Amino acid sequence: MSDTKKDIDSHSGTETTGHEWDGIKELNTPLPRWWLGIFYACIAWAVGYWILMPAWPTLHGYTHGLLDHSQRDEVMANVAALQHARAAKEHALAGATLEQIQSNPDLLQFAMAEGKTTFADNCAPCHGSGGQGAHGYPNLNDDVWIWGGKLEDIQHTITVGVRSTSPDTRQSQMPAFGRDGMLKDGQIDDLTEYVVHLSGRPANARAVQRAAKLFADNCAACHGAAGKGDRSAGAPNLTDNDWLYGPARADIRDQIWNGHGGVMPTWGGRLSPETIKALAVYVHSLGGGE
Amino acid sequence: MSIHTVIDRRQPAEGVERSDAVASNSAANRKFYKARVPIHPKTVHGTYRRLKWIVMAVTLAIYYLVPWIRWERGSSAPNQAVLVDLAHERFYFFFIEIWPQEVYYITGLLILSAVGLFLVTALFGRLWCGYACPQTVWTDLFIQVERWIEGDRGARIRLAAEPWSAAKAAKRISKHAIWLLIAVATGGAWIFYFADAPTLARELMHGQAAFAAYGAIALLTFTTYTLGGLMREQVCTFMCPWPRIQGAMIDNEALSVTYRADRGEPRGPHKKGESWQGRGACIDCNQCVAACPMGIDIRDGVQLECINCGLCIDACDDVMARIGQAPRLIAYDTDANVRRRQRGGKGRFRFVRPRTVLYAGVMVVVAAAMALGLSTRRSVDLDVLRDRNPDFVTLADGSVRNGYTLKLMNRSDETRKFLLSISGLVPRGINVIGLGKVTPPVVLDVEANKVRELRVLVTVAAQNVKSGSQPIVFTLQPAGTAEERVVPTVFAAGER
Repeated sequence: MSDTKKDIDSHSGTETTGHEWDGIKELNTPLPRWWLGIFYACIAWAVGYWILMPAWPTLHGYTHGLLDHSQRDEVMANVAALQHARAAKEHALAGATLEQIQSNPDLLQFAMAEGKTTFADNCAPCHGSGGQGAHGYPNLNDDVWIWGGKLEDIQHTITVGVRSTSPDTRQSQMPAFGRDGMLKDGQIDDLTEYVVHLSGRPANARAVQRAAKLFADNCAACHGAAGKGDRSAGAPNLTDNDWLYGPARADIRDQIWNGHGGVMPTWGGRLSPETIKALAVYVHSLGGGE
Repeated sequence: MSIHTVIDRRQPAEGVERSDAVASNSAANRKFYKARVPIHPKTVHGTYRRLKWIVMAVTLAIYYLVPWIRWERGSSAPNQAVLVDLAHERFYFFFIEIWPQEVYYITGLLILSAVGLFLVTALFGRLWCGYACPQTVWTDLFIQVERWIEGDRGARIRLAAEPWSAAKAAKRISKHAIWLLIAVATGGAWIFYFADAPTLARELMHGQAAFAAYGAIALLTFTTYTLGGLMREQVCTFMCPWPRIQGAMIDNEALSVTYRADRGEPRGPHKKGESWQGRGACIDCNQCVAACPMGIDIRDGVQLECINCGLCIDACDDVMARIGQAPRLIAYDTDANVRRRQRGGKGRFRFVRPRTVLYAGVMVVVAAAMALGLSTRRSVDLDVLRDRNPDFVTLADGSVRNGYTLKLMNRSDETRKFLLSISGLVPRGINVIGLGKVTPPVVLDVEANKVRELRVLVTVAAQNVKSGSQPIVFTLQPAGTAEERVVPTVFAAGER
């Protein structure tokens, strides 16, 4: 440091840094030496950390450090400890029927907590974080169930999935009446009017009349003569206000033409039976459970 | 480090010795990095020293004894007067019990403390720093211990310069041992605010207390010992933000420990019998510097480092008495007064200023709001959280359902029955998860000092559903009382 160009602030008698903003100068107040010491201590700490903890990447891995610490091992140990702590409740869950779980406040609370987390991890991407569903993905809050809304029905649907890989999977297939040329354009228009009529909405009376036989021949086998659906066949009720693929005429026509059917994965084998029980209880509690 | 200031060795006045104390922040001593200049404050006696002893006794007594005060609250709540019960999410302060939902009381308390500090500072300067701040109280205590063991300023300076000997080691070891004891006691007292004090004390004795308790003691022991014993004034000067903030709080009319330059200058040694005409009352004895725990020279004016403790006033008064001059050459005064007197005017104190009025006004408003809130605090409360996801559910028959999560809070110390009723719209059905279909008013038990959570599903028939949202009101009433908690919210149905 040269002391030939020292700029001394006249008021405080302190040297300035020479920086100046709008006439305001910065005093070069000395840093306490202990503060400097803390910087050196931090550097020393870093060196110690490199030696003790995993620090540097190498070509085929990384330096493990003398303590051989691993955050992954730590997480796995925590998970194991948590599973151990939960074992008793999980065992109780395994032994209880779904109704028993619902009537035992303690077990219910446990199942709900587990169900909620499992739902968020596995189900929310399609069914929504609140189970509100989306176009093509059923809303789990309402009282409309394609495959049944009792605890056992929900448990079974989760376990085997829909149109999925399990040999016992829930299976139903709406034919693609238009795309596969099974019905003509005009017939599908008439059927669309018929379905609108079924749900209690005003529709073209003549088209409805024309479509009555078409419906009986092509649709009633699954959806029933009155269009009330059949849960054993996974055929939706066409007389209610709930439309998986949309309520508008265009939506209904599209569904008759293309016969959409979504896939729900088989969760049996991927989730433990206890977890599926908890999930069933949780979904049942969303509001629509029967 | 070398000290460049030339020390005047002449005797300041008959019967007064000159101290060779040099201000630790003296401009002449500045370096790029600066080692701490050891400060050995000299003992003083006088008004402010006495005041500091009293404040120290009171604040330490509050700190150590408050957790041991008992306060009966019935069987459902702890009987400790002041308790931060983190595990059960409750804060107890004598007759006040604060739940997490009422954290705004804490906010109010913090606002009151902050504005109170502003007000006191604008009126009387940094009284907090000089008297009540824990850093000041513990540093003062640590310095006193040092004094008992190593003697006063001169003896301590000599001891520091001495080569190591058994006697020096004995003094140093006992000093640090007592410091550590105080530090452990400080950390030990802190944790009693967070758990039942007698129980925790017993657990500590038997080594059964939680790791967090020992951890907190260890941490506070370390900080108390380091900050109070080793770092002292360095904390105030370099670590604490308050000296910086005070710049905005203090104006020319705020009291602060002031060297009355109008009376003191020109300063210089005084020989007995010499006339006091044409000179100031300051005999440049440096006793004010020797007494200062911050190691500064108050005659340099208002400084960042000054904590306004007034010990230099006591030191100076003592000297003034000995040379037959009026006391309070250094006093709680204002810069404005010094200038007024220098111009030949009279000093006066202006405590009523826009900023003090504003601070006092804010304090009154906040205190009144808090008092009102606390005095009208209900023993029953209800929170209603409407489901947002999904916002509403359309059922097969076209009716619409909304879900609500209700939190029923019973702040009394007995299990009570509550009546929950729902009004404002015509529901087709109301379901409570766990209870099934219900018809309001629903009778619900809530345990003493507990929150009960309920999920309520309200369905409105298609013909009664309105587009957008319509009002719905939840009312919670402790059975057999006129008290009630009314929570209006909405029932959403989307555009239709």
